[in-house]
Amino acid sequence: MSRKISEEEYKRQRIVRMKHWLSGEKDLYLDNMEVIPREEYKPDRKQLERYEHDLDEVMTRTYDTEHNRVYRFFQRFYKMAAVLCCTVLVLILIVEVSYLPPIGSASNPASNEVAAKYIEDGLQDTGAVNIVTGMILDYRAFDTFGESNVLFIATCTVLILMRNDKKKGKGSAEDEERRDSFYEPKKDVILQMAARILVPVIMLFGVYIILNGHLSPGGGFSGGAIIGAGLILYLNAFGFEKTERFFTEKTYKAVSFGALLFYCLAKSYSFYTGAHHLESGIPLGTPGAIISSGLILPLNICVGLVVACTMYAFFALFRKGGF
Amino acid sequence: MAVFEYILMGFLVICAISVSFSRNLLNSILIFMSYSLVMSIIWILLESPDLAITEAAVGAGVTSVLFFVTLKKIHALGEEDEETDE
Repeated sequence: MSRKISEEEYKRQRIVRMKHWLSGEKDLYLDNMEVIPREEYKPDRKQLERYEHDLDEVMTRTYDTEHNRVYRFFQRFYKMAAVLCCTVLVLILIVEVSYLPPIGSASNPASNEVAAKYIEDGLQDTGAVNIVTGMILDYRAFDTFGESNVLFIATCTVLILMRNDKKKGKGSAEDEERRDSFYEPKKDVILQMAARILVPVIMLFGVYIILNGHLSPGGGFSGGAIIGAGLILYLNAFGFEKTERFFTEKTYKAVSFGALLFYCLAKSYSFYTGAHHLESGIPLGTPGAIISSGLILPLNICVGLVVACTMYAFFALFRKGGF
Repeated sequence: MAVFEYILMGFLVICAISVSFSRNLLNSILIFMSYSLVMSIIWILLESPDLAITEAAVGAGVTSVLFFVTLKKIHALGEEDEETDE
């Protein structure tokens, strides 16, 4: 049962007016709004002074550190809490260390059959005299591949953060570099002379460490870091114009991609052959010779190239936002 | 030899503490560099020359250089002198 209402009453209902407003026929507020004329602003001097006085009072009370009891309590509390936390942490660590087995003891959990196997069969399995390199580039070669990739990804991240894409004008890479090294001595004779003598020696030492990674201490990572340090010294002494003759972004890309790709192809065959078939089929050669121990030497060179390029790229990106 | 090792260890601890207590950032980096060098000598004494080479090249060399460049970028190298002048 519905109650009939008149046409006028129906039109005055809120829902109908809403409908009209939505369809844009009539603005409900257009003529019905009451606008109160604003009074002219007169600054009340007395009131303003009172406000300022109150504000001053609050500020002085807040920052009155000598008479504020809560503030002083927390000042002391933070100091005591810091000392307490440090002491407890140090105590926990010292107690923990006192329960560790002594260094070099034969009954340590670390000296189990894995370490014994590496030491006994390492030379036969890998052909490397330096057992550390044999471990990280033969038994654990896949871990080292991950490490090289981490370095590469780190360079990509620095590239995203520091890259300066402007070619010319204000704020470009060259301008940035010029502004950055404005107060530096240009073409410093002492530095150039020292670099001229030191850089070849450093480079040779790095190459020696990389190539002898399977015979003597060192390997791809340390040798690459040394070569990178040599490149940075050369860059600092002679500037970007000289280094760009042999090292640009294209060189970096080609060397890094090539080295990582070779490493990946050389070691990820085990994805297809299964973990049990890890022999590469390359003869191991006589232990002690430079060309021996199968894939370790080329893998060392790959890691060294990636690390050297990464070190140099880090420095160049930090310096001017490009290569 | 044991005495030498203890001296190096003590130097290591002093370096580690003074890095965090030094007010000048440049001094902090230099102390950190010497920390790495002492650490690499200790690695040699612990009979791991592989780590010693890496520590000397990365810890004392490349990392410190990157720290220097960063300090230069944030203009923290010259400002310490101005503060002390005032």
